[in-house]
Amino acid sequence: MGNRIIETDNLTVSYGSIAAVKVISFHVEQGEIVALIGANGAGKTSTLRALSGMTTYGGRVSFMGRDLRGVAAHKIVGMGMAHVPEGRGIFGNLTVLENLKLATWQRRDKKEVAADYDRIFNIFPRLKERRQQSAGTLSGGEQQMLAVGRALMSKGTMLLLDEPSMGLSPLLAQEIFSMLAELNRAGTTILLVEQNANMALRLADRCYVLETGIIVLEGTGKELIGNPQVKEAYLGT
Amino acid sequence: MTYFLQQGLNALQLGSIYALIALGYTMVYGILSMINFAHGDFFMVGAFICFVVVTFMGLPFVPAMILSIIGVSLLGVIVERAAYKPLRQAPRVSAIITALGVGIFLENFTLALSPYPKHIPAIIENTSWTFGGLTISSLQVIIILLSLALMTVLHFIVQHTRVGMAMRAISWDKNVVPLMGVPVNNVISITFAIGSGLGGAAGMMYGMAYPIIDPYMGIIVGWKAFIAAVVGGIGNIRGAVIGGYILGATEIMVAAFFPSTYRDFTAFSLLLILLIVRPYGIMGKPRPQKV
Ligand SMILES: Nc1ncnc2c1ncn2[C@@H]1O[C@H](COP(=O)(O)OP(=O)(O)O)[C@@H](O)[C@H]1O
Ligand SMILES: [Mg+2]
Repeated sequence: MGNRIIETDNLTVSYGSIAAVKVISFHVEQGEIVALIGANGAGKTSTLRALSGMTTYGGRVSFMGRDLRGVAAHKIVGMGMAHVPEGRGIFGNLTVLENLKLATWQRRDKKEVAADYDRIFNIFPRLKERRQQSAGTLSGGEQQMLAVGRALMSKGTMLLLDEPSMGLSPLLAQEIFSMLAELNRAGTTILLVEQNANMALRLADRCYVLETGIIVLEGTGKELIGNPQVKEAYLGT
Repeated sequence: MTYFLQQGLNALQLGSIYALIALGYTMVYGILSMINFAHGDFFMVGAFICFVVVTFMGLPFVPAMILSIIGVSLLGVIVERAAYKPLRQAPRVSAIITALGVGIFLENFTLALSPYPKHIPAIIENTSWTFGGLTISSLQVIIILLSLALMTVLHFIVQHTRVGMAMRAISWDKNVVPLMGVPVNNVISITFAIGSGLGGAAGMMYGMAYPIIDPYMGIIVGWKAFIAAVVGGIGNIRGAVIGGYILGATEIMVAAFFPSTYRDFTAFSLLLILLIVRPYGIMGKPRPQKV
């Protein structure tokens, strides 16, 4: 068994009387890509929000061995968890560069920050061209790149991605996914939430299937692609 | 023509004060989508701090100014933490009522201290210069230039510092900002400190220009500056400045050419018409609905 970066123990998330996540336990190991798939409303976003401290929850979440209960969201970012939210969360009134810069708030390693801009502009040359442009003028795909770029600028070693393919053409989605694979090879651990199960399953080492707040299936990406239940419900075949 | 220019100068002076106060409304709205209805009373407290430090401590202009700004900044930060922050998730009307309550508290707290009105002694030497029939007083120069300087500093903070960047980000989408590692509560406190401090500076300058002060002086001025912020486009910094100067100019010009009782009526009517023509204010834009 590898080194568990994220581990949840009986995680629950409720909004008033609505239970969005009902007692789920899962883990992500160092260097893995783990996918969390499920239909709209299954509780995927709520799960990610609990991990990054954006919502209150029951149960236990630990990150790199540390219990996250009571740790403020902005401090969790400083610990190396970066959450790319649903809908990307780009600040359209800031420039591309400012969006990246804001994400370095918790960092004190000024020199490495400077090097990281270059690294990100290398991965996303289109962001470099548009760095002085207001981020609201970017296309959907570019905004997604910026969202991932920001996560990297915060020195995220653990990336939580909430439906990065949403609103993108299949081609662009493919591009984002290959880039995620590349980041993973370079050492970033990834927890990927997707409705678009097809690509997610092929990318992921392991996968959890969420249905109305409960994990109903888990396995390697390959196993689940071959699973008839998954095929019918999530792969549209 | 000289008369017109002379009134223009007066308009600039009054407009500067409205603009400074309007900035406080607009900054808080930009970051919390909340109208701080106690802001007019923060302005009043600025004038009173000036009165106290000048009368009882005999301080000259610069330290009095600094103390007024710092004092009202602190007041803003404390009020936000103690009264508004606990209500951030509550229905909007709770925050509005609380703000009105804070205002009434400040008025009555000041009222309870001693009898009114008070008179702020002159703290700058009253010289004036005449250029071809146009007279400028030292007070006017100070108010206009100091206001412009404060607005320039504000512009620099908002556009060119890290905390200003965070303020702009919060005004766009507050929910995502913590994910950038930014401590949102600290940025909100800094915003309150700056917005309130500008109100304090305005209170002091107003008190120097119109030295008879009382605990209710912030109500009407506060409402007017609030309307100036709305006319400029609430949440928009440049809009607040433009709105402040438009209001100042309207009031002065109406009072210059019509009976002075028409002043507020005409000024407010004009602003209402402006809002009918441009419902989001001069600089405001309807934001596309987020899905
Ligand atoms: N802020 C909220 N308030 C109330 N209910 C919510 C809120 N966010 C999500 N929910 C509900 O929780 C359930 C899970 O939502 P979510 O976590 O967004 O699922 P997913 O991301 O899988 O689509 C849904 O039934 C949704 O309506
Ligand atoms: Mg979702």
